[in-house]
Amino acid sequence: MLKAITFSAAALAVSILGLIAFELVRGSRLAFHKFGLGFVTSQTWDTIHNQFGALSLIFGTAVTGILAIAIATPLAIAIALFLTELAPKPVRALLGALVEMLAAIPSVILGLWGILVLGPFVQNQIEPFLGSTLGFLPFFRGQHSPTGILTAILILTIMVVPIVASVTRELFTTVPSELREGALALGATRWEMVRGVLLPAARPGILAAVALGFGRAVGEAMAVLMVIGGTIGIHLSVFAHSDTLAARIAGQYNGASTNLQTSSLIYLATILLAISLAVNIGAQLLIKPIDRRPRRRRIVLDRALEAQGLSAD
Amino acid sequence: MSEPAFTLKATGRLRRRQLVNKGMGALAVGAALLAVAVLAIVVISVGSRGAGSLNLDFFTQNQAQGFNPKGGGVLFAIVGSAVLVGIATLIALPLGVLIAIYISELAPPRLARVARIALDISNGIPTIVIGIFVFTILVAAHGQSAFAGSIALAIIMLPLIARATEEVLLLVPSSQREASLALGVSRWRTTVQVVIPSALGGILTGTTLAIARVAGETAPLLFLTSLGTSSTADASPFHPLQSLTLVIFTYSDQADPAYQSKAWAAAFTLMCFVLFTSLAAKLALARYRKKLGG
Repeated sequence: MLKAITFSAAALAVSILGLIAFELVRGSRLAFHKFGLGFVTSQTWDTIHNQFGALSLIFGTAVTGILAIAIATPLAIAIALFLTELAPKPVRALLGALVEMLAAIPSVILGLWGILVLGPFVQNQIEPFLGSTLGFLPFFRGQHSPTGILTAILILTIMVVPIVASVTRELFTTVPSELREGALALGATRWEMVRGVLLPAARPGILAAVALGFGRAVGEAMAVLMVIGGTIGIHLSVFAHSDTLAARIAGQYNGASTNLQTSSLIYLATILLAISLAVNIGAQLLIKPIDRRPRRRRIVLDRALEAQGLSAD
Repeated sequence: MSEPAFTLKATGRLRRRQLVNKGMGALAVGAALLAVAVLAIVVISVGSRGAGSLNLDFFTQNQAQGFNPKGGGVLFAIVGSAVLVGIATLIALPLGVLIAIYISELAPPRLARVARIALDISNGIPTIVIGIFVFTILVAAHGQSAFAGSIALAIIMLPLIARATEEVLLLVPSSQREASLALGVSRWRTTVQVVIPSALGGILTGTTLAIARVAGETAPLLFLTSLGTSSTADASPFHPLQSLTLVIFTYSDQADPAYQSKAWAAAFTLMCFVLFTSLAAKLALARYRKKLGG
């Protein structure tokens, strides 16, 4: 009896996943029949002529997501290193809690802060500075404005850093202290110990954390909607306005005037779901990697671990 | 200790290694300081702009008549948020606990792994996609309602509650289960009367964390429950209702600075709620883990 009830609850949870995919594919049928796979390679989003395409949104999603995670990853690893290796004990708990608080701030609040506080700072300080020092590159040209790709990247970085940092911190604490001490006893400096022992031991986990953070950045709708400017088109400059898949869906929430537009928005959601599934499943595989060690060495290693009361699983 | 007569000074390669070591340490300290600084800047700028507009009216009055942005408050949004999150919790809490019981107590390892992975993957689905899903199954045919919004929030909460509960169920010592089973108590009663009560604290703190998370959720609500809402307090789940997050979003778009200061006040209210509940829940959870973990 209990087993039947709890089993159906678990089955429901698993089937919701399938149901979400099914409903999105069904809802995007109309747009798929009209535009086919060309939807993905078309830049147009024209509500007047009822022509829709996702390319510039995919571009905006990729640029903001990739650059945000590229800035966030080294910062997050550095924070995790400080929290596990350098900070005195009482500081660790306090600082760890503060970093997690940063992750708890709702995205709509970060968006509000992004347009009204960060945006003007980006327009008046960061963009003029980047323009005057790196303006010879095509990435830092054009009109300065409080909204745009750069502001979106900064907001996403703030959202992603605490996620990657807290996972990485967990990983570092699970590395056995014998390994650390061994490296230090051999005369390695602390940084050499980090580079030679800690980072290699935690690498698959860090990659998984980066994947999770990227998934989060790609799926963020509210904060990005509020700061990115919401225009269609592919521009090289990070000063330019742009739009992402998630932000476009959220931005046109009640404005869809035709069935084809609604269906196109659901098509966007389907693409977004596919991206986030790929990223998340990738992260799962990284966390539980397929064991590729040669069989004999594996047995020897596992016996050695068991002898010390540890299990390889 | 007295100073040594002469000091050893690192030179050459060793000196370089030590410099690199110092530099990397400084970078780590800098990164940690940067994160704390950003948190402080966000909290202070929301607090300084929001706290000034807070008064009793803000919490107890609805929007002033005739769209006068100066007076009135956001009672309607607070009530709406409470209804949305309340119904979502009523749906997700029992389901989440049942799923966790299945995974940790009853399921064969292989099925448990499948369920766990499915929960983790659901947790990674963008909330806007969940919003679109609920739109296609409910709103497209029946129109917007708070109930549709609650369903979306419940789907977001489900993996959070299930995974948190599973984790505390695993902390309950197996000796408790075995003692009960050895006395001839059925599996069902053992779970309900022995395992759940001793995990209750952990389940509730996990649920509190999930509540803090969805209370700040905005994107799925935009097209599920925001159209044609009245700005008077309404608690009917069958009407579209406003929420604090929706108010922050719509007011932030208005040119009138009076609306913007209301957006800041709403943001400050929401931020205090989210940060205090999640901090309290995390402290309680850490304490609870210590108690059970021994």
